[in-house]
Parts: sequence; C-alpha cells; structure tokens
Amino acid sequence: MTPAVELVDVYKSFGPTQIIAGVNLAIEAGTRQALIGPNGAGKSTLFNLITGKHPVSRGHVRLKGEDITGLRPYEINRRGLSRSFQVTNIFPRLSVFENLRCAVLWTLGYKYSFWHFVDGLPEVGERAATVLEQLNLTARRDVPAGVLSYAEQRALEIGITIAGGADVILLDEPTSGMSRGEAEHMVQLIRQVTAGKTLIMVEHDMGVVFDLADKIAVLVYGRIIAHDRPAAIRASADVQEAYLGVPQGAPA
Amino acid sequence: MSAPVPSVTPRVRVRESGLAGWIQRHGVWVAAAVVLIALPLVARSRVAVSVMNQMGIAVVFALSYNVLLGQGGMLSFGHAVYFGLGGFMAIHVLNLVGQGAFYLPVALLPLVGALGGLVSAALFGSFSTNRAGTVFAMISLGIGELIHSSSLILTKFFGGEEGITGNRTKAPPLLGLDFTTDTQVYYLIAAWAFVATVLMYAYSRTPMGRIANAVRDNPERAEFVGYSQRWARYVSFCAAGLFAGLAGGLFAVNYEILTVENVSLTASGSVLLMAYIGGIGFFFGPILGAIAFTFLQSMLSDYTRIWLLYLGILFLATVMFAPAGLAGILVMHRPAWRAGRLHRLVAPYAVAGMLALAAAVGIIGLLELLQFTVSGEAGRVTKRLFWVSVPVYAVWPWLVLAALAIGGALGLRRAAPRAAAAFNEAGGPAGRP
Repeated sequence: MTPAVELVDVYKSFGPTQIIAGVNLAIEAGTRQALIGPNGAGKSTLFNLITGKHPVSRGHVRLKGEDITGLRPYEINRRGLSRSFQVTNIFPRLSVFENLRCAVLWTLGYKYSFWHFVDGLPEVGERAATVLEQLNLTARRDVPAGVLSYAEQRALEIGITIAGGADVILLDEPTSGMSRGEAEHMVQLIRQVTAGKTLIMVEHDMGVVFDLADKIAVLVYGRIIAHDRPAAIRASADVQEAYLGVPQGAPA
Repeated sequence: MSAPVPSVTPRVRVRESGLAGWIQRHGVWVAAAVVLIALPLVARSRVAVSVMNQMGIAVVFALSYNVLLGQGGMLSFGHAVYFGLGGFMAIHVLNLVGQGAFYLPVALLPLVGALGGLVSAALFGSFSTNRAGTVFAMISLGIGELIHSSSLILTKFFGGEEGITGNRTKAPPLLGLDFTTDTQVYYLIAAWAFVATVLMYAYSRTPMGRIANAVRDNPERAEFVGYSQRWARYVSFCAAGLFAGLAGGLFAVNYEILTVENVSLTASGSVLLMAYIGGIGFFFGPILGAIAFTFLQSMLSDYTRIWLLYLGILFLATVMFAPAGLAGILVMHRPAWRAGRLHRLVAPYAVAGMLALAAAVGIIGLLELLQFTVSGEAGRVTKRLFWVSVPVYAVWPWLVLAALAIGGALGLRRAAPRAAAAFNEAGGPAGRP
C-alpha cells in the first residue's frame, strides 16, 4: 500500500545550521501518527517541509505516492493535505463562520469565482455549519474570530484545517497551552474529525500522544531514532535515554 | 412591545417572498436609485450639478480604491495611475469617434475607461502584487512616479503640460442624448456610479471577494486552505483597476480634458484620503468619504487658500480619533439606535459639539490670519473672517481667537469623556432603564 506521506532522505539547513539531517519516514494511510522529540529537535521544521512552507535542502517528499517536493503550500493543500499551526493562525477579522467558509471554498470547486454569491451556495454553507457544530462554536458563529477565547481559537484552528475535507491532516501541538479539561475536549474533537483519515501530530503532552497515536516517531537532532507502536516506544531504552528522560512541558 | 428582550437573540432573518421580500432585501438600492434620479430636480443650480458630477466620479474611484485597501489589504500610493490611464484612453477614443473613425455612443465611453484601467492593472499588477505590505506600497509609489514622469515624455499620449482635450458633443448621440447639458452628464454619471457600486458590492460577496478578505487577514493561512495569495491579490488588483478606469472614463466625459494631474501622486493621495476618511472597514465608507471630501474640496477652495491644510487636518483627526472613519462613527451608534436611546446622546453631543466648534473657529481663524500676514497682501489690513471684517494687525482679534481655541479645547477635554460615557450607557446591554 502506498504510504500517505513519505519522506526520503530529507535534509534541511538554515544557513550553516542543519536542522533536519536525513529523515526517512513512511506514514501509512489511515493511521494516527505522532511525532515527538525534545525541544529543537526539528518537529515543526519537518511539518514545514512536508506542507511546503519551507523548501527542502535535499531529498524528496511524497504525498500518496506523488512527488510534492518544491510545490507551494496551496498546491500541496489542493492535493489533499491540510495542517494546523502551533501558534493560532486564523483569519482574525472574519467571522467564525466566514473562517470555515473560506476553508471549504476551494475543495467545493468555487476557486476564485466572482460569478457566484457565497450566500447562494447551499453546500458551502452546510459544510461550514456542520464543522461549526462539531467544534461546538455554533453560538459564536457571527463573532469575529479574533475575539474568541484561546481554547475556542484553537478549536477553530482545527476546524479550518479539517473543513476542506483533506484526507491527510497535520496538527502542530493542538493542545499546547490548554488546561487539562480543554485538552481532553480537544483530543475528543481530534478523534472525531480525523476518523478514517491519516493524522500526523506533533505533541508534547505524552498523555495525549499515548492516548491517540497508533504509531510514534521520535525525532532527535534532526534524525528519526525510533518509529514504532506506542508500547514498543515506551519500552525502548534509546527513547528513554534520548527523550523521555528530558524534562517535559516546556514549549518547543 | 413590552416583553423583555432575551440577552442573546438568535439572529433569524425573516425573508418574505414576492415583491415585499424583494424590496426588503434591496430597499437600500431602490432608495439610492430614487435619490439619484431625484437629486437634480431638487438641487438645480449649475454649481450643484457640477459638484454632484464630481462626487459621482469620486465615489466610484474611492470604492475601487477600497477593493484594494479595505477588502484586499493592499495600501497603494499609485491608484490614480489606473484612473488616469483609463481616462486618457477614453478621451483618445472620444476623439477618434468624433473624427468618425468608428461608432461608439458617449454613454458607453466609460467602458473604454474601464477596459483601459483593467489592462493597465493587469500589466502593472502582474509584478506589484507578488508581495503585500510595505513592498507593495513602495512598488505602487514607484509605478505612480514612473507614469507621472513618463507623461511629460510620451506627449503624444498624455498631451504634455496641456493634456488631451475632447468634445463629447461631437460623438453621435444615442436615444437623443447629446450631452450638451450638465444634467444629461449627471444622469450618465449617476447611472454608471450606481451600476459600478452594485457590481463592487456584489464582488465583495463572491467567493473571490471573501478570499480577498482572507488573504488580507492572513495570507499564510489562505495558502494552506488552497489559495495562492499572489493570485488572489492580482485578481483584486485587476478589479480595482477596472473600476478606477471606469471612474477615469466618467471623468473624461464630464471634463472633456485629462492632464498629467490625473495620474499624479496628489490624485493618488486624494483617493486614499477619501477612502480613509469615509472608513475602509465598511463597504459604504468610501462613498461617504468621497462625498465629504469632494464637498469640502469644492466649497472650501472658494473660501480659503489653505483648504488643503484643512483636509490634511481632517485626515489626521480621522486617523487619530476615528480610525474607522465616518462609516465607523455611524455604525458605532447602531446599538443605541436599536435600543431606542439615541435621543439621550443629543445633549452631551451638543455640548461637546459647541466646544469643538469654538475650538475650530479659534484655530481656523488663527491659521487664516497667519496665512494672511505671511502671504503679505500689499496695502490690505483687514480680512473677511467668518463673515466679519477683521483688522489683521490689531492685537484683539488674535487674542479672541486664541481664547476661543484654548477655551474650546480645554472645555472639550472635560466634555468629551462625558459624551463617551453617555455613548457607552446608551449603547450598553438592555435592562437598565
């Protein structure tokens, strides 16, 4: 079976600093994959390489078997990959509903149309309303996204990511900065909205990781040192030494 | 209705069907059309009609600017380029039509302007919209300067210092419209301004219009939901150029002359001021701004030589005290109006208004006296100021004006917080009587 995402010998340097030093990683379609590692290991950089935010210095990135190395973020998104951000990245002056509507327009084929009225597209409105319902934000529908509470903005961040219906979802620290209760709610939401999809997730909260993930990859100093099922990762001496011994909880 | 209003009212818009529903949904447009048709019947003087023509052109131009700035987040210092190039193309076509080169009714000439604006925007936008923010602003400034300076070189097209003149009455009339009177021109401008406004409003409600907003708010995120920020900006830029060119075409019909001034940085600056004073955050803001700006421009310049200074002060005051513009001030009062408590604002606003007026009279008077003494008109020692002859070289007028300025300003400092408190109370949540 073709992996959903495949990294082949990927390197990334910023100037003289090498961040990613030869990553090979194949992520099976339909799995929930967690990516863990100490601060500065290059987890977010790896996300930025997969999603086209930064170009790779060397190597290849494949999405569902197709080479996407060097493509722009919007070209990669149109091929069915969507991501969220570690720092909330929404459309602050648009209403919550409008945020979601903008996220579904391309997928539903309206592209840059100036010959349709957005209010006259029932399937667009319904899809946005469905996501709004899933996020539990229906009561905040017409509020500018910038004035939502932090947890609500994080939920909207996930909503924008999944609204377009991409089948490969990358979430960058979806529960960072959240209280215990909020994080639990978020895990539920993630489980619900990514059912049947490929999920790749950077996460610091080990509770969340072992709760959600089918497989875990451990990134240390730009290299994958282990990639296995959660039980095996928990038992691995290498991982214990390289990662789990390091104090947790600080933001990456 | 005496029933208590629940604190969170679900917004359900009742949509009636049939004619009543249509009027309910499009009432603003119907009212605008009626006003546009009726205006020349009420304001019949030549001056009034000519000012209204100017306003109509300015409205289209300012709205087109807001497609860039308010909706697309692109701060341009060279938008007059597209207005001017559209206008020049229109006037050249008008001259060709006058010579009998081909047939085109004058009523359709603005379309030539629109095409000219679109083509130039498609050309210059192809590289200037690659980046947003400061880079875009600087490139727009550069293009503005480039076109303005080349207008003195390419004299065949721009007509050098004299510009290019045309004659709308030489073109073949359509349906008896020969455009020999200002009123006929008024209806032409009003019709096109109406159509352009409807189209620009419609544009803002299309997928493209929303994506322009999304790219304005967060270009990076827009890329991660499938949209190229460059292409989104480019489409907005072309739309803005098209409507600016249409305004330029209307200008060509109205004034029958285009000069280097029309593509100058001053003209680009004016449209920025109009949009900003009106309020770039609201679709109808630039309409208010264009009307206010044109009114002040045409009225003030009759009374004072330093009218540009006053427009500058108005702009500064808007940026500092009402960044959402005239439209923002209006919209701000909607909660109070809905709650039926607008009347409570009359007294505090009147007090603040009187004090502001006193301060304004003082400051304007001082500026006018200063201007008079500096420009030193030979032999004259009195100046008409607010319908009064004032001896400029006496001490008392200066003292009186300074007292007004200082007293008004000090009073306003005390009255303004009270007006703000009254505003907060009137617009606050329902419940307390």
